Amino acid sequence: MITIRNYYFPKGIEDAYNKLTERKSNALIGGGAYLKLGSKAIGTAVDLSSLPLEYIDEKETGYEIGAMTTFSKVMLHEGLNRDFDSLFQRAIENIVGMQLKNMVTVGATVYSRYGFSDFLTALLVTNTKVKLFKEGWVPLEEFLENGPEQRDLVEKIRIEKTRGSYSFQDLRKSSSDYSIINLALSKEEHRYRLAVGARPRRAKLAVKTADFLKDRTPSEETMEKAGELLAGELVFGTNARGTKEYRKAMAKALLKKAFLEVSAHED
Amino acid sequence: MKINININGREKEIEIAPDDYLSEVLRKEGYLGVKKGCDTESCGVCTIHLNDVAVLSCGTLAAKAHGKSVTTIEGVDKKAERIRHEMAKRGVDQCGFCGPGTIMSILYLERVTTNPTDSEIKRYLKGNLCRCSGYVGQLEAVKSYLEGGHNEVCE
Repeated sequence: MITIRNYYFPKGIEDAYNKLTERKSNALIGGGAYLKLGSKAIGTAVDLSSLPLEYIDEKETGYEIGAMTTFSKVMLHEGLNRDFDSLFQRAIENIVGMQLKNMVTVGATVYSRYGFSDFLTALLVTNTKVKLFKEGWVPLEEFLENGPEQRDLVEKIRIEKTRGSYSFQDLRKSSSDYSIINLALSKEEHRYRLAVGARPRRAKLAVKTADFLKDRTPSEETMEKAGELLAGELVFGTNARGTKEYRKAMAKALLKKAFLEVSAHED
Repeated sequence: MKINININGREKEIEIAPDDYLSEVLRKEGYLGVKKGCDTESCGVCTIHLNDVAVLSCGTLAAKAHGKSVTTIEGVDKKAERIRHEMAKRGVDQCGFCGPGTIMSILYLERVTTNPTDSEIKRYLKGNLCRCSGYVGQLEAVKSYLEGGHNEVCE
């Protein structure tokens, strides 16, 4: 259950930060989705929707996405779909319905580092940095691993444009349910990036397995070896959606599909 | 705290608690077309438009609606009637509980797309669960509505 004592619309980012750090019980409100699924006693809720943080700016070398940009905007963005093989569209498409996608924001998803997130898994296989108000730019991988150094807020993320091919795979009990396991693979300039999320821990890069894929073709032998490497490299766990063993087995299958897709795209 | 919102074209000042959700506030204000279903942002029966964007009111803090416009099923009577007619013709509207939320999603789809394909229609209606009639007839009803309501009903 969520309780909120006061509600505050900040005048600017600094004002939001100051209010957030005024008391330990104060919290940021992005889109507000998933909030009621948790349990928290919030002193002052600092609602970022009054700030100009909803945008997708296409630059020559990348995209800057404001923290309050919703998933629906990302999913339907022509440039992002063109430059990343619809990677984000595929990661977001099956997240409940369009109404929720109109509520969930990029900043809140990144800052919350949700384990069940499909979007974070997709983002991890791109060259993405997170702009925190106090800490500045931090590589996404580092931020997901360590979190912020201090209480902070996400202003925007930046995704570099790199010519490559991408695949997103997921396993769900029904099309709009949460993922039991998800996986993304990219090949940018001969470098593979492989991420697995909903393990049920948060998404993480599998560096050794990605390195193994370099200069290989998707033969049965390669896929078998890559799957074994992946199952040993990352930690998989059990929750109500699936067991550790099931997740490991399914991650292998998803990796095979992703590698085939990325390889086929290159042909 | 007090919020000022425009509900279906009428300006209102409403006293709320900071942790009130919009679905509850709207129902207390008499907009009972906003249904309470899963209450966990999953089923879509509480769908409304907030500044013309479809959202789940059960997952939207009422404070977020301050200074904004809210449209509920009560504010779209005529269009809703046409959609309901198309759905009823195909036996889609059985218990009717999911109807208001579904209609609000259809109206959102109509506003933000042009000549949507079947997959686009499904994309916009995916967040509205129906437990009694299924989705094939619903898809036909939506297509017929968007085409002006002249399509024949499949036997």
